[in-house]
Amino acid sequence: MADILAVARTQVLEQGIGLGQDQALDCLRLPDERVDDLLDLAHEVRLRWCGEEVEVEGIVSLKTGGCPEDCHFCSQSGVFDSPVRSAWLDIPSLVTAAQQTAATGATEFCIVAAVRGPDARLMAQVREGVRAIQEAVDINVACSLGLLTQEQVDELAGIGVHRYNHNLETARSYFDRVVTTHTFDERRETCEMVRQAGMQLCCGGIVGMGESLEQRAEFAVQLAELDPDEVPLNFLNPRPGTPFGELHPMGAVDALRTVATFRLVMPRTILRFAGGREITLGDLAERGVRGGVNAVIVGNYLTTLGRPADEDVRMLADLRMPIKALARNL
Amino acid sequence: MYCDRCGRAVVDGDHTACARARELEPPRYCALCRRRMVVQVTPTGWTARCAEHGERTG
Repeated sequence: MADILAVARTQVLEQGIGLGQDQALDCLRLPDERVDDLLDLAHEVRLRWCGEEVEVEGIVSLKTGGCPEDCHFCSQSGVFDSPVRSAWLDIPSLVTAAQQTAATGATEFCIVAAVRGPDARLMAQVREGVRAIQEAVDINVACSLGLLTQEQVDELAGIGVHRYNHNLETARSYFDRVVTTHTFDERRETCEMVRQAGMQLCCGGIVGMGESLEQRAEFAVQLAELDPDEVPLNFLNPRPGTPFGELHPMGAVDALRTVATFRLVMPRTILRFAGGREITLGDLAERGVRGGVNAVIVGNYLTTLGRPADEDVRMLADLRMPIKALARNL
Repeated sequence: MYCDRCGRAVVDGDHTACARARELEPPRYCALCRRRMVVQVTPTGWTARCAEHGERTG
Protein backbone atom coordinates (compact mmCIF):
# COMPACT_ATOMS: atom_id res chain seq x y z
CA MET A 1 0.00 0.00 0.00
CA ALA A 2 1.32 3.44 -0.90
CA ASP A 3 2.40 5.66 1.96
CA ILE A 4 -0.36 8.21 2.66
CA LEU A 5 2.05 11.12 2.92
CA ALA A 6 3.59 10.28 -0.44
CA VAL A 7 0.12 10.07 -1.94
CA ALA A 8 -0.90 13.37 -0.32
CA ARG A 9 2.23 15.08 -1.62
CA THR A 10 1.25 14.28 -5.17
CA GLN A 11 -2.52 14.58 -4.89
CA VAL A 12 -2.89 17.55 -2.54
CA LEU A 13 0.34 19.53 -2.74
CA GLU A 14 0.98 19.17 -6.44
CA GLN A 15 -2.54 18.78 -7.84
CA GLY A 16 -4.61 20.63 -5.23
CA ILE A 17 -7.05 17.75 -4.81
CA GLY A 18 -8.14 17.23 -1.21
CA LEU A 19 -7.93 13.85 0.46
CA GLY A 20 -10.98 11.59 0.57
CA GLN A 21 -12.42 10.01 3.68
CA ASP A 22 -10.29 6.83 3.72
CA GLN A 23 -7.16 8.85 3.02
CA ALA A 24 -8.03 11.28 5.83
CA LEU A 25 -8.46 8.32 8.15
CA ASP A 26 -5.01 7.04 7.17
CA CYS A 27 -3.59 10.43 8.23
CA LEU A 28 -5.47 10.40 11.51
CA ARG A 29 -4.00 6.95 12.20
CA LEU A 30 -0.39 7.95 11.53
CA PRO A 31 1.86 7.12 14.48
CA ASP A 32 3.17 9.92 16.68
CA GLU A 33 6.64 9.72 15.15
CA ARG A 34 5.21 10.69 11.75
CA VAL A 35 3.13 13.63 12.95
CA ASP A 36 5.92 16.12 12.28
CA ASP A 37 6.08 14.92 8.67
CA LEU A 38 2.31 15.26 8.41
CA LEU A 39 2.40 18.79 9.80
CA ASP A 40 5.25 19.81 7.53
CA LEU A 41 3.33 18.60 4.50
CA ALA A 42 0.15 20.38 5.65
CA HIS A 43 2.18 23.56 6.01
CA GLU A 44 3.54 23.22 2.49
CA VAL A 45 0.02 22.67 1.21
CA ARG A 46 -1.27 25.72 3.02
CA LEU A 47 1.57 27.89 1.61
CA ARG A 48 1.08 26.53 -1.91
CA TRP A 49 -2.70 26.89 -2.09
CA CYS A 50 -3.48 29.70 0.40
CA GLY A 51 -0.31 31.75 0.63
CA GLU A 52 1.60 32.89 3.66
CA GLU A 53 -0.93 35.32 5.12
CA VAL A 54 -2.81 34.57 8.32
CA GLU A 55 -6.34 35.86 8.82
CA VAL A 56 -7.08 37.28 12.24
CA GLU A 57 -10.59 37.48 13.66
CA GLY A 58 -12.30 38.54 16.86
CA ILE A 59 -15.68 37.32 18.08
CA VAL A 60 -18.23 38.57 20.56
CA SER A 61 -21.46 37.29 21.98
CA LEU A 62 -24.37 39.62 21.25
CA LYS A 63 -26.85 37.38 23.05
CA THR A 64 -25.44 35.00 25.63
CA GLY A 65 -27.07 31.96 27.23
CA GLY A 66 -30.67 30.80 27.42
CA CYS A 67 -30.53 28.91 24.12
CA PRO A 68 -33.36 26.39 23.64
CA GLU A 69 -31.11 23.94 21.76
CA ASP A 70 -29.31 21.07 23.48
CA CYS A 71 -25.86 21.09 21.85
CA HIS A 72 -24.12 18.90 24.42
CA PHE A 73 -20.86 20.84 24.35
CA CYS A 74 -22.39 24.25 24.94
CA SER A 75 -22.60 26.11 28.24
CA GLN A 76 -25.09 28.52 26.68
CA SER A 77 -27.84 25.94 26.35
CA GLY A 78 -30.75 26.70 28.64
CA VAL A 79 -31.50 22.97 28.77
CA PHE A 80 -28.56 22.14 31.04
CA ASP A 81 -27.61 23.20 34.54
CA SER A 82 -24.86 25.56 33.40
CA PRO A 83 -23.73 28.60 35.41
CA VAL A 84 -23.95 30.82 32.29
CA ARG A 85 -26.81 33.33 32.60
CA SER A 86 -28.54 35.18 29.78
CA ALA A 87 -27.08 38.52 28.75
CA TRP A 88 -27.47 40.95 25.84
CA LEU A 89 -24.70 43.23 24.64
CA ASP A 90 -25.74 46.80 23.84
CA ILE A 91 -24.79 48.46 20.55
CA PRO A 92 -22.15 50.87 21.92
CA SER A 93 -20.40 47.92 23.61
CA LEU A 94 -20.62 45.93 20.37
CA VAL A 95 -18.94 48.75 18.46
CA THR A 96 -16.25 49.02 21.14
CA ALA A 97 -15.59 45.28 20.83
CA ALA A 98 -15.24 45.68 17.05
CA GLN A 99 -12.82 48.58 17.54
CA GLN A 100 -10.74 46.54 19.99
CA THR A 101 -10.67 43.70 17.51
CA ALA A 102 -9.63 45.94 14.61
CA ALA A 103 -6.83 47.38 16.75
CA THR A 104 -5.18 43.94 16.82
CA GLY A 105 -4.89 43.97 13.03
CA ALA A 106 -7.89 41.70 12.61
CA THR A 107 -9.93 41.90 9.42
CA GLU A 108 -12.92 39.93 10.67
CA PHE A 109 -15.35 40.57 13.49
CA CYS A 110 -18.04 38.01 14.14
CA ILE A 111 -21.25 38.78 16.00
CA VAL A 112 -22.60 35.63 17.64
CA ALA A 113 -25.92 34.86 19.29
CA ALA A 114 -26.88 31.76 21.27
CA VAL A 115 -30.20 31.00 19.61
CA ARG A 116 -31.84 28.32 17.47
CA GLY A 117 -32.32 31.03 14.88
CA PRO A 118 -32.87 34.78 15.03
CA ASP A 119 -36.27 36.24 15.95
CA ALA A 120 -37.43 39.73 14.97
CA ARG A 121 -35.84 41.32 18.04
CA LEU A 122 -32.45 39.78 17.35
CA MET A 123 -32.58 40.63 13.65
CA ALA A 124 -33.33 44.26 14.58
CA GLN A 125 -30.38 44.29 16.99
CA VAL A 126 -28.12 42.77 14.33
CA ARG A 127 -29.26 45.32 11.72
CA GLU A 128 -28.49 48.16 14.07
CA GLY A 129 -25.23 46.64 15.24
CA VAL A 130 -23.89 45.91 11.76
CA ARG A 131 -24.72 49.42 10.61
CA ALA A 132 -23.06 50.98 13.66
CA ILE A 133 -19.90 48.92 13.16
CA GLN A 134 -19.75 49.70 9.45
CA GLU A 135 -19.96 53.42 10.22
CA ALA A 136 -17.29 53.36 12.93
CA VAL A 137 -14.82 50.56 12.22
CA ASP A 138 -12.88 49.40 9.18
CA ILE A 139 -13.46 45.67 9.52
CA ASN A 140 -15.45 42.93 7.81
CA VAL A 141 -18.54 41.95 9.76
CA ALA A 142 -19.54 38.32 10.07
CA CYS A 143 -22.52 36.84 11.89
CA SER A 144 -23.38 33.58 13.60
CA LEU A 145 -27.05 33.53 14.50
CA GLY A 146 -28.08 29.89 14.12
CA LEU A 147 -30.51 28.44 11.61
CA LEU A 148 -31.81 30.96 9.09
CA THR A 149 -34.80 31.32 6.82
CA GLN A 150 -34.26 32.35 3.21
CA GLU A 151 -35.66 35.78 4.07
CA GLN A 152 -33.12 36.21 6.86
CA VAL A 153 -30.27 35.04 4.65
CA ASP A 154 -31.25 37.61 2.05
CA GLU A 155 -31.51 40.35 4.64
CA LEU A 156 -28.08 39.63 6.14
CA ALA A 157 -26.51 39.58 2.68
CA GLY A 158 -28.30 42.82 1.89
CA ILE A 159 -26.96 44.72 4.90
CA GLY A 160 -23.39 43.77 4.04
CA VAL A 161 -22.65 40.77 6.25
CA HIS A 162 -19.88 39.26 4.19
CA ARG A 163 -19.42 35.95 6.01
CA TYR A 164 -21.87 33.78 7.92
CA ASN A 165 -20.82 31.12 10.39
CA HIS A 166 -22.89 28.02 10.85
CA ASN A 167 -21.04 24.90 11.92
CA LEU A 168 -21.90 21.32 11.08
CA GLU A 169 -20.28 20.68 14.50
CA THR A 170 -19.50 16.99 13.90
CA ALA A 171 -19.95 14.11 11.47
CA ARG A 172 -23.44 13.27 10.28
CA SER A 173 -23.12 9.80 11.84
CA TYR A 174 -22.32 11.31 15.26
CA PHE A 175 -24.59 14.35 15.15
CA ASP A 176 -27.49 12.90 17.13
CA ARG A 177 -25.09 12.12 19.99
CA VAL A 178 -24.27 15.83 20.14
CA VAL A 179 -27.56 17.58 19.32
CA THR A 180 -31.13 16.27 19.40
CA THR A 181 -33.17 19.47 19.00
CA HIS A 182 -32.31 20.00 15.35
CA THR A 183 -30.77 17.94 12.58
CA PHE A 184 -27.56 17.82 10.60
CA ASP A 185 -29.58 18.49 7.47
CA GLU A 186 -31.16 21.63 8.93
CA ARG A 187 -27.67 22.97 9.55
CA ARG A 188 -26.58 22.01 6.06
CA GLU A 189 -29.58 23.78 4.52
CA THR A 190 -28.65 27.06 6.19
CA CYS A 191 -25.08 26.68 4.93
CA GLU A 192 -26.27 26.13 1.39
CA MET A 193 -28.59 29.15 1.49
CA VAL A 194 -25.71 31.30 2.75
CA ARG A 195 -23.51 30.29 -0.16
CA GLN A 196 -26.25 30.81 -2.71
CA ALA A 197 -26.90 34.32 -1.36
CA GLY A 198 -23.30 35.30 -2.03
CA MET A 199 -22.07 35.54 1.55
CA GLN A 200 -18.88 33.73 2.41
CA LEU A 201 -19.56 30.52 4.29
CA CYS A 202 -17.77 29.79 7.54
CA CYS A 203 -18.51 26.22 8.57
CA GLY A 204 -16.56 24.03 10.94
CA GLY A 205 -17.12 22.33 14.23
CA ILE A 206 -15.62 20.74 17.29
CA VAL A 207 -13.36 17.73 17.60
CA GLY A 208 -12.71 15.73 20.74
CA MET A 209 -16.39 15.18 21.60
CA GLY A 210 -16.08 11.40 21.76
CA GLU A 211 -16.28 10.81 18.02
CA SER A 212 -14.21 7.99 16.54
CA LEU A 213 -11.33 8.62 14.14
CA GLU A 214 -13.56 7.29 11.38
CA GLN A 215 -16.17 9.90 12.27
CA ARG A 216 -13.53 12.62 12.41
CA ALA A 217 -12.46 11.72 8.87
CA GLU A 218 -16.11 11.61 7.82
CA PHE A 219 -16.62 15.07 9.32
CA ALA A 220 -13.66 16.55 7.43
CA VAL A 221 -15.02 15.26 4.13
CA GLN A 222 -18.57 16.42 4.88
CA LEU A 223 -17.19 19.89 5.52
CA ALA A 224 -15.22 19.77 2.27
CA GLU A 225 -18.41 18.87 0.37
CA LEU A 226 -19.82 22.27 1.38
CA ASP A 227 -16.70 24.00 0.02
CA PRO A 228 -16.61 26.54 2.86
CA ASP A 229 -14.53 29.69 2.59
CA GLU A 230 -13.51 29.19 6.20
CA VAL A 231 -13.41 26.22 8.57
CA PRO A 232 -13.13 27.11 12.26
CA LEU A 233 -11.71 24.13 14.12
CA ASN A 234 -12.60 23.99 17.80
CA PHE A 235 -11.27 21.53 20.35
CA LEU A 236 -13.74 20.54 23.03
CA ASN A 237 -13.31 22.60 26.16
CA PRO A 238 -15.49 20.60 28.58
CA ARG A 239 -17.91 23.02 30.23
CA PRO A 240 -19.33 22.46 33.70
CA GLY A 241 -22.96 21.40 33.72
CA THR A 242 -23.07 20.24 30.10
CA PRO A 243 -23.39 16.56 29.07
CA PHE A 244 -19.80 16.72 27.78
CA GLY A 245 -18.56 18.47 30.92
CA GLU A 246 -16.75 15.38 32.19
CA LEU A 247 -14.92 14.51 28.98
CA HIS A 248 -11.17 15.03 28.94
CA PRO A 249 -9.66 17.58 26.56
CA MET A 250 -8.10 16.08 23.49
CA GLY A 251 -4.37 15.35 23.57
CA ALA A 252 -2.11 17.86 21.86
CA VAL A 253 -0.64 15.44 19.34
CA ASP A 254 -4.12 14.22 18.35
CA ALA A 255 -5.19 17.82 17.92
CA LEU A 256 -2.22 18.58 15.67
CA ARG A 257 -2.83 15.42 13.65
CA THR A 258 -6.42 16.59 13.17
CA VAL A 259 -5.40 20.09 12.09
CA ALA A 260 -3.00 18.78 9.48
CA THR A 261 -5.49 16.21 8.21
CA PHE A 262 -8.22 18.81 7.80
CA ARG A 263 -5.78 20.91 5.78
CA LEU A 264 -5.03 17.99 3.51
CA VAL A 265 -8.75 17.42 2.98
CA MET A 266 -9.35 21.13 2.26
CA PRO A 267 -6.21 22.58 0.70
CA ARG A 268 -7.71 25.96 -0.21
CA THR A 269 -9.94 26.87 2.74
CA ILE A 270 -9.18 29.32 5.51
CA LEU A 271 -8.51 26.89 8.38
CA ARG A 272 -8.92 28.70 11.67
CA PHE A 273 -7.82 27.84 15.17
CA ALA A 274 -10.91 28.54 17.24
CA GLY A 275 -11.98 27.64 20.78
CA GLY A 276 -10.18 25.21 23.05
CA ARG A 277 -6.71 25.57 21.58
CA GLU A 278 -5.31 27.02 24.81
CA ILE A 279 -6.24 24.02 26.94
CA THR A 280 -5.58 21.48 24.20
CA LEU A 281 -2.39 22.72 22.63
CA GLY A 282 -0.87 25.24 25.03
CA ASP A 283 2.41 26.40 23.53
CA LEU A 284 2.05 23.89 20.68
CA ALA A 285 -0.42 26.22 18.98
CA GLU A 286 2.58 27.60 17.13
CA ARG A 287 3.18 24.16 15.63
CA GLY A 288 -0.39 24.17 14.36
CA VAL A 289 0.22 27.44 12.55
CA ARG A 290 3.16 25.69 10.91
CA GLY A 291 0.97 22.66 10.30
CA GLY A 292 -1.90 23.82 8.14
CA VAL A 293 -3.68 26.56 10.06
CA ASN A 294 -3.84 29.98 8.39
CA ALA A 295 -6.26 31.86 10.63
CA VAL A 296 -6.74 32.47 14.32
CA ILE A 297 -9.34 33.90 16.65
CA VAL A 298 -7.56 36.41 18.81
CA GLY A 299 -8.58 37.52 22.27
CA ASN A 300 -11.46 36.03 24.18
CA TYR A 301 -14.14 33.63 23.02
CA LEU A 302 -17.87 33.80 23.76
CA THR A 303 -17.92 32.60 27.35
CA THR A 304 -14.30 31.70 27.97
CA LEU A 305 -11.03 33.59 27.73
CA GLY A 306 -8.30 33.22 25.14
CA ARG A 307 -4.70 34.29 25.01
CA PRO A 308 -4.22 38.06 24.92
CA ALA A 309 -4.35 39.18 21.29
CA ASP A 310 -0.88 40.71 21.39
CA GLU A 311 0.61 37.30 22.25
CA ASP A 312 -0.85 35.80 19.09
CA VAL A 313 0.21 38.78 17.00
CA ARG A 314 3.74 38.41 18.41
CA MET A 315 3.68 34.67 17.66
CA LEU A 316 2.79 35.39 14.03
CA ALA A 317 5.55 37.99 13.79
CA ASP A 318 8.06 35.53 15.25
CA LEU A 319 6.96 32.97 12.65
CA ARG A 320 7.30 35.66 9.96
CA MET A 321 3.71 35.14 8.91
CA PRO A 322 2.08 38.36 7.74
CA ILE A 323 -1.41 39.20 8.96
CA LYS A 324 -3.88 39.43 6.10
CA ALA A 325 -4.85 43.00 5.33
CA LEU A 326 -8.39 44.20 4.80
CA ALA A 327 -9.46 44.04 1.17
CA ARG A 328 -12.83 45.34 0.16
CA ASN A 329 -14.62 44.76 -3.09
CA LEU A 330 -15.55 48.20 -4.37
CA MET B 1 -16.89 33.04 50.94
CA TYR B 2 -17.62 31.04 47.79
CA CYS B 3 -15.60 29.80 44.85
CA ASP B 4 -16.41 32.13 41.97
CA ARG B 5 -16.12 29.27 39.47
CA CYS B 6 -18.13 26.40 40.96
CA GLY B 7 -20.16 28.28 43.56
CA ARG B 8 -19.34 25.96 46.45
CA ALA B 9 -18.01 27.30 49.75
CA VAL B 10 -14.26 27.78 49.54
CA VAL B 11 -13.88 25.65 52.66
CA ASP B 12 -15.85 22.86 50.96
CA GLY B 13 -13.33 20.72 49.12
CA ASP B 14 -10.32 21.49 46.97
CA HIS B 15 -10.64 24.36 44.48
CA THR B 16 -7.20 24.04 42.92
CA ALA B 17 -8.72 22.89 39.63
CA CYS B 18 -11.19 25.78 39.76
CA ALA B 19 -8.34 28.25 40.22
CA ARG B 20 -6.50 26.74 37.28
CA ALA B 21 -9.60 26.84 35.09
CA ARG B 22 -10.28 30.43 36.09
CA GLU B 23 -7.13 31.51 34.26
CA LEU B 24 -9.15 30.98 31.07
CA GLU B 25 -12.65 31.71 32.36
CA PRO B 26 -14.46 34.67 33.87
CA PRO B 27 -16.09 34.21 37.29
CA ARG B 28 -19.62 32.81 37.26
CA TYR B 29 -20.65 33.06 40.93
CA CYS B 30 -20.44 35.96 43.33
CA ALA B 31 -17.79 35.11 45.90
CA LEU B 32 -19.75 36.95 48.59
CA CYS B 33 -23.28 35.54 48.16
CA ARG B 34 -23.01 32.67 45.62
CA ARG B 35 -25.52 34.28 43.24
CA ARG B 36 -24.95 33.41 39.60
CA MET B 37 -23.67 36.56 37.95
CA VAL B 38 -24.58 38.00 34.56
CA VAL B 39 -21.30 37.77 32.66
CA GLN B 40 -20.36 39.42 29.38
CA VAL B 41 -17.12 38.40 27.70
CA THR B 42 -15.66 40.74 25.08
CA PRO B 43 -12.53 40.28 22.94
CA THR B 44 -10.34 42.02 25.51
CA GLY B 45 -12.06 41.52 28.86
CA TRP B 46 -15.15 40.61 30.84
CA THR B 47 -17.68 42.07 33.22
CA ALA B 48 -19.56 40.05 35.83
CA ARG B 49 -22.53 41.59 37.63
CA CYS B 50 -24.06 40.39 40.87
CA ALA B 51 -27.54 41.74 41.58
CA GLU B 52 -26.52 42.32 45.21
CA HIS B 53 -22.81 43.11 45.13
CA GLY B 54 -22.30 44.98 41.89
CA GLU B 55 -19.87 44.56 39.03
CA ARG B 56 -16.43 43.01 38.69
CA THR B 57 -14.28 43.42 35.60
CA GLY B 58 -11.26 41.68 34.26
